[in-house]
Amino acid sequence: MNVVRHVLGRVGFYVVSSLFAAIFALPLLWLVVAPFSTKANLSVSLPEQWSLSNFARVFANSFAVRALFQNSVIQAVGTMVLVTLLATLAAYALSRAPIRGRDTISYGLVLFSSIVTGTAAMVPIFLLIFRMGLIDTHLGVILVFTGGLLPAAVFIMRDFVDSIPRSYEESALVSGASHWGMFRDIALPIVRPGMMVVGVWTFVNVWGGFLVPFILLRSPGKMPASVAIYSFYTEGGTPIITLTTAYALLYTLPVLALYLFVNWKYGFRFFGGIKS
Amino acid sequence: MAKVTFRSITKQFGSFTAVDDVSFEIEDGEFVCLLGPSGCGKTTTLRMIAGLEQPTEGRILIGDSDVTDAKPKERDIGMVFQDYALFPHMTIAENIAYPLKVRSVNKHDRHERAAEVAKSLQIDQLLERRPGQISGGQQQRASVARAVVHKPRVYLFDEPLSNLDAKLRLEARSYLKHLQRELGVTSVYVTHDQAEAMAMADRVAVMNHGKIVQFGPPLEVYRRPGTTFVANFLGSPPMNLLPVTYSNGAFEAADFSLDAAPFGKELRGVANGTQLTLGIRPEHLRLSTDADHWVLPGAVYAVEPLGPESLVTLRVADALVTARLFSDEPPTQLDGAGFGFDPANIHLFAADGERLTRG
Repeated sequence: MNVVRHVLGRVGFYVVSSLFAAIFALPLLWLVVAPFSTKANLSVSLPEQWSLSNFARVFANSFAVRALFQNSVIQAVGTMVLVTLLATLAAYALSRAPIRGRDTISYGLVLFSSIVTGTAAMVPIFLLIFRMGLIDTHLGVILVFTGGLLPAAVFIMRDFVDSIPRSYEESALVSGASHWGMFRDIALPIVRPGMMVVGVWTFVNVWGGFLVPFILLRSPGKMPASVAIYSFYTEGGTPIITLTTAYALLYTLPVLALYLFVNWKYGFRFFGGIKS
Repeated sequence: MAKVTFRSITKQFGSFTAVDDVSFEIEDGEFVCLLGPSGCGKTTTLRMIAGLEQPTEGRILIGDSDVTDAKPKERDIGMVFQDYALFPHMTIAENIAYPLKVRSVNKHDRHERAAEVAKSLQIDQLLERRPGQISGGQQQRASVARAVVHKPRVYLFDEPLSNLDAKLRLEARSYLKHLQRELGVTSVYVTHDQAEAMAMADRVAVMNHGKIVQFGPPLEVYRRPGTTFVANFLGSPPMNLLPVTYSNGAFEAADFSLDAAPFGKELRGVANGTQLTLGIRPEHLRLSTDADHWVLPGAVYAVEPLGPESLVTLRVADALVTARLFSDEPPTQLDGAGFGFDPANIHLFAADGERLTRG
């Protein structure tokens, strides 16, 4: 009896979890399959004939290609480098320097971060960037994204730095290293997994960000892919499924590649320090 | 190789005084242990020598140079940390060679020197491993190797053995002492383990509440503790301390009265009715016989056979008094027991804990 109940229980568990898995897997499956069909619609079905003609038409759209392979890359990589660099330095200072109320600073910053890139702040941000003369520049987009993502990035990085025993740094100092040498040889390599997490997280956020570039950029030649995908809509405003999916698939590949690379090279971890 | 001098060093953290007007001189090549309970300021003292803390007041000298305001890298020291602090992203070889790397020794020479030091510490087969892949005892040796590789003038040890298990700790104690003797480098060693301090040090500085309460060769400190704190801190089990009242030429307590005649010199100027503390080491007590004139009577509290010796604890007055009895067999006949002793082994302390001295 018990065995039967056990088996039934397991079967039930797998049925239910397969259902849930399917709910999440179907859109992904669709994304992989639809671009290769010339007659794609909103249902998931294997194409009768596999075809690359959708991709050929996507690559013929020079505006979209440039958006994806140039503008999105400039904005995402630029923000990633800036945020990772600044977050690491700030987190290190907040963790190590005897600053009064540094916990309050960290938590306060995280609260602010959700405001800066939020929709409500768009008008003031637009005005600010306008006054700075940075409307329709990559730099303007990068700076706004950096401002929005930096506080949370500092918060994540601080957790990493906090979890590293200070004796590593002290031991480097008494070994004869200068402060900068210690930071370069010891602190930086040890927090590198944290920098990778923050870097990928920033990249993904900017890569998928729509509102900020949509509002701050004017010329088509500077739009990122998240905006350019609208060039695959009909004039009536409905998406051309064959082309949008093909473009969307191309659009996800860099993120996947980045994740796989970082995971292979460093391994993803959301905690710092290394037990020795 | 150099002397280490503290001139009236005070270190405050906010309103807390960690080290309180401490002065001492550690001779060239000497092995000094800073011994005390946690929070006594011993680690802060060590960190001030290393340059990891700045003293609030006073001067620190290494050799003839004033290093009070010098950075750690300008002090030419080697330090072993309690958690070893081996860099997790470097191999053991890179770890050991790191002090040479920052001194711009070329790669070939520094790895040769690292291998040489590793060999002398018997960890040369681990050079290509990472710290996470070797045992605690091996990590400890690797961190010692890193501290000595660049031939510093002073070694600093911050409780380097406290993360090891008992057996490894004894082994490491011997090899560290041997190493220090062989290299003859001035060493400052922080520990809360009195046995470690006794075994290794040329001189022990016993610290309490930010002050050095006694500074001398271990056996001298052990034999003539200057205060009840030192008496209680050194020795395992520690010295027995019994509160008594001095009256009419005798030490009086609830259950006993002892003739104070042999202590005439110490008791000169001590008034009748003064509270005193009698101290006696466990190894100076024996089970009393009828021939004993000096006896502490008491009821058996516990008997602990340890092999070569047994610990017998009696309840005497309101205190517990422990004796170490050196015999292969634990004692059996303990009814109506008491401890006999030789009055020469008694230590006398005033009510404030200071030792009463002759004259």
